Amino acid sequence: MAKVEPRNEMPRQDPKVRIRNFDEVALGYSHEQAIAEASRCLQCKKPTCIAGCPVQVRIPEFILCLSEGDMWGAVDALKDKNNLPAICGRVCPQETQCEETCVLRKKYEPVAIGRLERYVADWEMGQGVKTPPRAASTGKSVAVIGAGPAGLTCAGDLAKMGHAVTLFESLHAPGGVLMYGIPEFRLPKSVVHAEVEYVQSLGAELRFNSVIGKLHTVDELLDNEYDAVFLGTGAGLPRWMKIPGENFNAVYSANEFLTRTNLMRAYLFPDWDTPVMIRPRVAVVGAGNVAMDSARSALRLGADEVHIVYRRARDQAPARLEELENAEEEGIIFHWLTNPVEILGTERGWVTGMRLQKQELGEPDSSGRPRPVPIPGSEYEMDVDMVVVAIGTRPNPMVFTDQPDLVRTRSGTVVANEDTGRTKKPRVWAGGDIVTGAATVISAMGAGKRSAADIDAYLKDSDQPWWVELELDQQS
Amino acid sequence: MSEIVVKEDLTPVTKLFEVRAPAVAHRVQPGHRVQPGQFVIVRINERAERIPLTVADWDRERGTLTLVVQEVGKTTMQMGTMQPGDRFASLTGPLGRPSEVENCGTVLCVGGGSSIAAIYPLARALREVGNTVLSIIGARTRDLIFWEDRIRSVSDELIVCTDDGSYGRQGVVTVPMKEMLEAGRRIDHVWAIGPAIMMKFCALTTLPFGVPTTVSLNSTMVDGTGMCGACRVEVGGKTRFACVDGPKFDGHQVNWDMLLARQCIYLDQEKRAVEKWEQECRSLGGPHGATQALR
Repeated sequence: MAKVEPRNEMPRQDPKVRIRNFDEVALGYSHEQAIAEASRCLQCKKPTCIAGCPVQVRIPEFILCLSEGDMWGAVDALKDKNNLPAICGRVCPQETQCEETCVLRKKYEPVAIGRLERYVADWEMGQGVKTPPRAASTGKSVAVIGAGPAGLTCAGDLAKMGHAVTLFESLHAPGGVLMYGIPEFRLPKSVVHAEVEYVQSLGAELRFNSVIGKLHTVDELLDNEYDAVFLGTGAGLPRWMKIPGENFNAVYSANEFLTRTNLMRAYLFPDWDTPVMIRPRVAVVGAGNVAMDSARSALRLGADEVHIVYRRARDQAPARLEELENAEEEGIIFHWLTNPVEILGTERGWVTGMRLQKQELGEPDSSGRPRPVPIPGSEYEMDVDMVVVAIGTRPNPMVFTDQPDLVRTRSGTVVANEDTGRTKKPRVWAGGDIVTGAATVISAMGAGKRSAADIDAYLKDSDQPWWVELELDQQS
Repeated sequence: MSEIVVKEDLTPVTKLFEVRAPAVAHRVQPGHRVQPGQFVIVRINERAERIPLTVADWDRERGTLTLVVQEVGKTTMQMGTMQPGDRFASLTGPLGRPSEVENCGTVLCVGGGSSIAAIYPLARALREVGNTVLSIIGARTRDLIFWEDRIRSVSDELIVCTDDGSYGRQGVVTVPMKEMLEAGRRIDHVWAIGPAIMMKFCALTTLPFGVPTTVSLNSTMVDGTGMCGACRVEVGGKTRFACVDGPKFDGHQVNWDMLLARQCIYLDQEKRAVEKWEQECRSLGGPHGATQALR
């Protein structure tokens, strides 16, 4: 094997500069860097990277085209499987997916597949996006509920297959978490808009401000116009710690804080109308990507100091390592093995601090990670003026209004077959966070893709049995 | 969708908009069984915030909703300059749980300020199912009273109050309310809609008399669909989201101090937004010019 060159670093904004703006942190490869990185790929006869990708992008093929300078060939190979590559290239945790299964990883650093995907997708956007051919109309129609990663992927694939697709979105903008959750400095909204326009160019009709469960029920959609329904409504209901003081002024759910900041552009207040509060000392509870996004947004909005409080250790933080490191570089202060037990406030209801308790690691819990165990007598107080709670989300039950036959688990997720996306209710499929609970953008896209394939198969031959109990037994 | 078809100045600071929104109008009144109490979230333009507005009336045939808005800040002031033919950038609804309208005998409907509008469909619905309806409406001063005739047309009795005594009875709405209760008038249920402080005192007034009291909480909202908790309130010691669990709640169970505190969160920013708007209006030749320029 020839000597493998080191992986090409991607230029990033200087931490001292970037904490003052909402511009994208990672700047993307130059053409030379992209070609150099592409040439590191060994073009394996039996590529292992593809198996690591939830939507099975033909990775070596698009990289080969890129290294040979055939940019449109790279675009075609990439977009054959992935409708949203500019997004995936930015927010996928490649280190646990395609790059984890790259053969180079055994001895060297893996090929920077995500960065190359981003490069190709951004190049195409610069050229003007091509619309691929669409299959002849099948005469069937599908309602896709929720324009997040799962819904967009499902809608895009179904439209390509020739079905009439209507995408219902409750907010005034598309993208779901891509728009309201992930900040501009990690995923520019112009990129999301461009990818959504691509899905629309495939033929999917997007209807905003349509809250299913209120404006229409799922049954009404099935009875009136649609042959099938796909639920991709995500997990958008915030979890709370259920400790005293959580309703004080200046305690935000991460959903509210990020929605104000990202979707409503409160970082541009008063040029944009939505305000967001920022106070000098901010604490964010949790250590997932949402916590990192909240902490780094708070810093950019002008907080003097931002703390992250997490009940487990750094090794167990669910955030991507890259985002954790970005946060550390930007000066976020971490308090590991620390859990809030109370939020303290003034008589007029404003936050003044938190009572925290130190934790130690115990036996593994159901997640396989060591359980945090409180250390008695270790309580102490920390002065903070604002708290953002980022400890997770659950599915919003709104879409299940008057749908008792849409069977759900105790944690509020809908029961669906993992391979097909079929729920217990005939002609209703589901995928993404509504099935798995909060997970990743790309796993939601994978689920949208599998459901689209099954919806297509079902619409062509609906005589097959809807739900085989055996499948469920195997799953559990 | 949300084109303004009629605009009417109800008072110098209270504007009525009849807005085209056929799908929503259809939902507010399913099966012709009146369901007042729901709201919509409106965004007036691309840079605007999302604000919740009670559906004050609806017309299924015309496919329209009636919204009554009092100018209290930047968004409502800018909205006040909009004219028939203008469109809201978005309108989402109907949101919230519809009110349960039942025949319970004699009901007292109390409306304050711009919420006089919300009292109208409620009183109408309560009367349609057979209740005797007593109404009290109140505002700071005579100029701010509107829809007196409309409320009278759906009430068996109506008392109008102004804080400064410039019209009707002098005093706040709880004064006649307390008199009625003390006089032993039969009142089986009270509905109070208005500023939080008014609803708080209505609930405090009925508490010693044990009269069930329903209020419509006006907490700050962003999405209005239960995804953020900006609107959270405490009812019976439990945290509830006003947008999905309400906005109607048992007034005797509400933590009013928390609601009032949370309504103050953005006072500074709200002031800054108004100042900026007024400055733009001055430099662009009045509010209408500013709205044109900002489009």
